[in-house]
Amino acid sequence: MTDIISPLPGIFYRKPGPDKEPYATVGDRIEAGQTVGVVEIMKQFSEVRSDVSGILETFAIEDSGAVNPGDVIATVTEG
Amino acid sequence: MAIRITEPGLATTVQDTGRPGYYHVGIPQGGSMDQLSAELANALAGNTPAEAVLECTYIGPRFTTDTDAVIAVAGAPVDVLVNGTPREQWTRLKLVAGDEVSFGMIRAGTRYYIAVQGGIDVPMVLGSRSTYALGAMGGFEGRALKAGDALDVGTAGLERHASAADFIDESLRPSFAKEITVRVMPGLYDHRLTEEGLNTLFSATWKLTPVADRTGLRYAGPSVSWKPRVQPFGAGSDPSNIVDAGYAIGSIQIPGGKEPIVLHRDAVSGGGYAMVATVISSDMDLLARSAPGTQTTFTPVTMEEALAARDEGKTLRSRIWGSAGQ
Repeated sequence: MTDIISPLPGIFYRKPGPDKEPYATVGDRIEAGQTVGVVEIMKQFSEVRSDVSGILETFAIEDSGAVNPGDVIATVTEG
Repeated sequence: MAIRITEPGLATTVQDTGRPGYYHVGIPQGGSMDQLSAELANALAGNTPAEAVLECTYIGPRFTTDTDAVIAVAGAPVDVLVNGTPREQWTRLKLVAGDEVSFGMIRAGTRYYIAVQGGIDVPMVLGSRSTYALGAMGGFEGRALKAGDALDVGTAGLERHASAADFIDESLRPSFAKEITVRVMPGLYDHRLTEEGLNTLFSATWKLTPVADRTGLRYAGPSVSWKPRVQPFGAGSDPSNIVDAGYAIGSIQIPGGKEPIVLHRDAVSGGGYAMVATVISSDMDLLARSAPGTQTTFTPVTMEEALAARDEGKTLRSRIWGSAGQ
């Protein structure tokens, strides 16, 4: 299991827009470098990416939840 | 000599002590949000307090230097890496041509400052090198840095190098706490709140929301109540509205009676919200260091107490600069 960590504080969103599909859902296969969500701070949206390839196991932060630097956003089982 | 930016970070800008004197025509004082940390970085780098530094917010830049250089990093706690090797904050770092500097994850606070011996050399605009991004003026092309930017470094203060501080003692460093008390002076429009509303403002614990930047900081907490009145001509319909007036840096407005906003160094200069209190100048750095989630109380002080706090700041600065003659 590899954690995807937020490098910055803000609000975590799983979708690129309110009417859009989520970047990824639990059970999806994720490639290294793939975006799983965005964190909004100071009117900027920073993409949160997975460093590894594998299966997206869980989201630790719900959509529109607050995050701090170092918080686990999601976990991926490598493979 | 130049600093070449390979990754810009989230919102890295050139800042200095600011651009006072133009707020009445809508241009804010700006400058480093956390003035003390920026000044400490300058002291370590062998600069004067006036040299321009890089303000790094949450995510810092990655850059290389094309000549030997002396830098220092002060402010929010973060891992400083030179060619991937951890180095210290709060001390002077010597770089050789080609060295690459990058940063780890910020551990607390909001901003850290990179001073380069000689200062970041961008054109002076209205007496300052500070970036006012909203007005697209000052700093490097009036904006936050981008990958590929090359920043010139000046020669200011180089002769002072020998007397610069080698290390900043922990007792002189700011703290980056998750619970803070901020001193404010009530007014100018505190009379618009009910007694209960004013008590709520000064007794509640306010949590900083993620809506916090160089313009201002928004807090979540209870509602405050306003005295009922027939709104005068020119004022908006909400009781938190006034006939437009000039704002002060540090003033607190509470639109709709919910979620107080404290204006910070890049704030707009006027508008139609009642300013119920103003953060004293000595505590503006403290606000600037607040990360989202910081539990904050606003405590009223008198003008005498505010001026005494300003004098304490001067004493601290004389300890920092000591024999360096500041």
